[in-house]
Amino acid sequence: MEIYELTVQELKEKLDKKEITSKEIFESYQARIQEKEKDIKAFVSLNDPKEIKENSIPIGIKDNINIKGTKTTCSSKMLENFVSPYSATVIEKLENENIISIGKLNMDEFAMGASTEYSYFQKTRNPWNLNRVPGGSSGGSAAAVASNMVPWALGSDTGGSIRQPASFCGVVGLKPTYGLVSRYGLVAFASSLDQIGPITKDVRDCAMLLNIISGHDEKDSTSAEKEKKDYMKNLEKDVKGLKIGLPKQYMGEGIHQEVKEKILEVAKKYEEMGAIVEECEFNCSEYALATYYIIACAEASSNLGRFDGIRYGYRAKEFSNLKELYKNSRSEGFGAEVKRRIILGTYVLSSGYYDAYYKKALQVRTLVKKEFERLFKTYDILLTPTAPSTAFEIGTKSNNPLEMYLADLCTVSINIAGLPAISVPCGIDSKGLPVGMQLIGKAFDEETILNAAYQYEKIEKFREKFRPEFKEK
Amino acid sequence: MQVSREEILHIANLADLNLKEEEIDTYLLHLQEILNFANIVNNAPIEKLGETIGVSEKVNAFRKDEIKEFKDKESLLQNAPEEEEHMFHIPKVI
Repeated sequence: MEIYELTVQELKEKLDKKEITSKEIFESYQARIQEKEKDIKAFVSLNDPKEIKENSIPIGIKDNINIKGTKTTCSSKMLENFVSPYSATVIEKLENENIISIGKLNMDEFAMGASTEYSYFQKTRNPWNLNRVPGGSSGGSAAAVASNMVPWALGSDTGGSIRQPASFCGVVGLKPTYGLVSRYGLVAFASSLDQIGPITKDVRDCAMLLNIISGHDEKDSTSAEKEKKDYMKNLEKDVKGLKIGLPKQYMGEGIHQEVKEKILEVAKKYEEMGAIVEECEFNCSEYALATYYIIACAEASSNLGRFDGIRYGYRAKEFSNLKELYKNSRSEGFGAEVKRRIILGTYVLSSGYYDAYYKKALQVRTLVKKEFERLFKTYDILLTPTAPSTAFEIGTKSNNPLEMYLADLCTVSINIAGLPAISVPCGIDSKGLPVGMQLIGKAFDEETILNAAYQYEKIEKFREKFRPEFKEK
Repeated sequence: MQVSREEILHIANLADLNLKEEEIDTYLLHLQEILNFANIVNNAPIEKLGETIGVSEKVNAFRKDEIKEFKDKESLLQNAPEEEEHMFHIPKVI
């Protein structure tokens, strides 16, 4: 077995036994990047560490997380030449553990998209079928982990941007509870929804990475003051008696038949393991997607106001006054989808429409929260598909924004309520593409979804059975 | 709600964006489609429900009011599109 095929847990064990060195690990991944990157195009920039310390492990970082002294582009022309003056808290935490970035990973511009096609630089391709998208917006992170170009990666998730690409690429992705991981140093998209989280080869690595990046940070005022947990501790527990709700509304219209069938198989396997699975009602699913796009775009239109061509970022060459400098810089620096969302966000916040859209959306947000609270009185976790379909073909949705938004159908309500959710591969469809299942937990109860995910992964053995072919099909 | 050409140009101006003549129709079409879809929030049973702006239970996050100097001015100025004598260069405002 090649070094790049090992999980981080396996790498650590071999490092501890001195069977391999960190230098060999870095070299193995760098050689793998040389081999596969031309097909996958997952990286925006590569980092060749000058010195590799003992027990050091590489990682890939989504290009909206700042690492001091290196470029953070958000895959936008606006930030093409931006060099971070400081590091994100998650990066400092990783560096304290000798976990070092070997490259920044491609994404939809400013994390707005579900296919990574909205990157200014390149379209990342899905390792399972090079004609298909890797999902998004953390498509570079998921594709890099799936093709073994990095052992693990960080992504960010505002409405599904970790879980949906993890599902499309057959890897594990976790969106932590809002406030569990510091957002300091993450370029803001929608501040009340954004969270950084792990994308990994398996559930154990996911728990390990969450152990490292979680915890209170005074630099993020929304960071939760909770006691630090060990997410590895409960993985081995059995799931006997665990109550799992299967919301009907996420198994109905809009969900592909093969995806539904896989989720029902998962439910059956959980029952065989002793869990109790029951169909349940999630009564506000039809409002969640619209609510998400209203809130996310409203926040984005405000957050992206900072890109004005003055202190950093792209500045237009031609302008005759200050207002023109702002307008020309923003119009030339942002791509079409980002402008679309800024316009939508500005519209729903503007006088005359605020009450009809934004205020209503905030009230629906209360409704969604309450609906989850109601379900979690009965169930320990909820099971849904991660995405309505498997990976779609490149170019099929990029000119139809509304259709692209539907790819987030099963994931957005979790961000609206601030809950944790994990995507775990649960098989492949008839086209040979991975299907992902999503487990949703109570706030700050990552332990239970990680435990349930790990127990499922042990019997499904996805990584042993299936691997990407790197072919155009 | 029906969005007019004038309205989308007004909104773009508020957001400091130019729309090229040939882009206006596409942006208008997409915005209209998304708003038609978003209208569903008006059917939600939300009477008497409060607004949720965030999910954090915190009301305020206090810390000591201490000055921490950021000494690396160079790293900030290196991102300036135009710089002059250690200052950001902008066009004449007044």
